[in-house]
This record gives sequence, structure tokens and C-alpha cells, in this order.
Amino acid sequence: MNTNIESIRKPRYINPYFGGVLLGLLLLLTMYITGRGLGASGAVKSAVVTTVDKVAPTHTENSTFYSKFISDSHSPMFNWLVFESLGIFIGGLISGAIFGRLKKLRVEHSPKITPKTRLWAAGIGGILFGIGSQFGRGCSSGAALSGTASFSFGGFLVMMLLFGTGYVVAYFFRKLWI
Amino acid sequence: MGPLIPQGIITGEWDFVIALLLGIAFGFILEASGFSSSRNITGAFYGYNFVVLRVFLTAVLVAMIGLLYFNYFGWIDMDMLYILPTYTTPMIVGAIIMGFGFVIGGFCPGTSYTGIAIGKIDAMVFTGGLFLGIFIFSEAFPLFSDFYYSDNLGNVTVSDVLGVSDEVFTMIMVVVGLTAFWATWIIEKRVRKNINPYKFE
Repeated sequence: MNTNIESIRKPRYINPYFGGVLLGLLLLLTMYITGRGLGASGAVKSAVVTTVDKVAPTHTENSTFYSKFISDSHSPMFNWLVFESLGIFIGGLISGAIFGRLKKLRVEHSPKITPKTRLWAAGIGGILFGIGSQFGRGCSSGAALSGTASFSFGGFLVMMLLFGTGYVVAYFFRKLWI
Repeated sequence: MGPLIPQGIITGEWDFVIALLLGIAFGFILEASGFSSSRNITGAFYGYNFVVLRVFLTAVLVAMIGLLYFNYFGWIDMDMLYILPTYTTPMIVGAIIMGFGFVIGGFCPGTSYTGIAIGKIDAMVFTGGLFLGIFIFSEAFPLFSDFYYSDNLGNVTVSDVLGVSDEVFTMIMVVVGLTAFWATWIIEKRVRKNINPYKFE
């Protein structure tokens, strides 16, 4: 095949195994300091609870789900995972700036689909991930990564099934990517 | 001896500073490894880029082995470590839904935040979807609250359920991990020969 080397703009990513070692050490440090692992979806849950509580306070008080996360003393946004997720954003910003990936707003998509299709898929994927993370007691960070690393059976289960399902269904969604 | 905050060695007022700093390191590693790109991430499902598998499995192995050593040297009290509880059926269902979300959306929550940071509109829409998904779940919660709390095994570890010790489980994971690194290296080389080179963004 005629491969035009120059058409592949290779970005500067760190070696994945080196990245993995760094991430593993960070996870270990997090568990050593806080006694629990890293997370991500919890911050969005706090944002949902806060928004609904602002719009309809009696609704959240009466709900068996929302009321678990409401306290009189502080806002649900005053939460470990919210600050940590803010950090994820800042860390991404710093890395993007250093490696030259911080650019104008854009949609990344396979050349075979339109940006619009990509955005629909991203939105639907996000909704599914949001719902799934609640049943799964965490997402790929909180349940699969941190759960497995701390030997939780549930975390291991989520890791195997999350990636396993990905491989099983990938064929049906291949047009979105390849 | 750790963990430091539950032991009271670092006081609670430092909680959010520590959360922010650990988060910054987390986001930096995710972005620098290439997780701000959905096409890098889904490469693991189509064989053209296994970066997710490499980073994820390496991190799990390093953290597991590290914890075993920390425990062996008496640096951490494993009884104070939070073990994610297991609700078998709801978690199986949740993981399957997330598997669909992963392949369709191309991100997971943490990686989408780093995508937003470097200006990816698709990452913003994904995060918007997350918000909507959790909102839908929360509003519909009364419909399936019984299911949500079903099959509660408590804060069980792999050794509690499968009967293999943490050390043996780690050993198995190391062997599985190394095999996967080797196999995916070969698969990736073959697939990349046959697909059009894709442009990284």
C-alpha cells in the first residue's frame, strides 16, 4: 500500500507503558494518602444533584436518590471528586499546552462520518455511560481501575465486562471509527 | 503508616488541595498518553491502537503490586482501604451499558474532561451526555431502586469471592497482562498494515 508518511502527523505522546507506570504510581499514592482510589463520574453526579437541587429543592428532598447526596451544611459541589475532576481538566490543559495539542475548538471524527454524526454518537455514548456508571458504582476510573487495583470483586467485574462488551459490540459500530 | 487521611496523619482541611493536585497529575497522564483523542481510545477495539489497554493494564498491575509491597512492609493498613462494594447483577448491567457507551461515544468520563481541556467539541458533547444520563437515572430511580440495591455482597475482595489470595490473583493478572501486551503488539502491527493511516488530532 502506498503510505504517505507525511500524511500521518504523529503527535508527541509519552510511551504508553511509561504512562501506565506513572498512572499506577499515582493510583498507589492516592490510595496511600486518601485510602481510596481515583474517580471521574462522581463529579458529574454532584453537578446533576446541585442543579436539580437549585431548580427544585423540594423534589430533591423527597427523592430517595437525590436526598442521599444533599446536606444542610455544604453544597454537593464541595466534594472530593469535584475538586479532583477539576484537577483532571487542569492537568489535561497543561499537558495539551506542553505537547502542542491545545488548539481551537474542533470535532474529531473518522473521515467516513460527518462531524454531526460524531456529535450524535458522542452524546448517546455519554448518556449510556452516565446511566451505566450509576448501576456500576463508578466508571472506568472509579470502578474498573481503582476498584480492580484495590482487589474489589465488583471493580474487577466492571473492568472485565466493560471492556468485554466493548469488544463484543465494536463490530456493529465500526463505521463510526474505521 | 498509611492511609494518611483516614489515619488522621494529614488533617481533613487539606482534602481538597490534595484532591486538586492528584487530579492534575491524573489529567496530565491521561492527556499525555493520548486519551484526549477518542480515535486513539477506540483503536483498542479495532486493533489499530492499543494504547488504552497498555496504559490501563500497566497501571492496574503497578498499583496492585505496589499495594502488596506496602502491605508487606507495613506501610499501609489494608483494613482502612476502601473496597468498592459489589452488587453483582446491577454492576454487570451497568458495565454492559458502559461498554456500549464506550464504543459509541469513544470516551469515558475522565478522558472526556481532558478532551474538553484541549478543545474537542465531541468531548464536551460526551460530558453533556453524561450529565443527561445521570439526570435520567436519578429521575427514574424509584422505578428500579429495588434492582439497584439487589445482590449486595458488601465490600468483598476477589479473594473473598473466588478464593484465590491477593498475591495469586496479582500473579495471574501479571501473566494475563504480559500476554496481552505481546499479543496486541502483533495484532497492531498487522492491522496498521491494512488500514489507511489515520490522522491523529
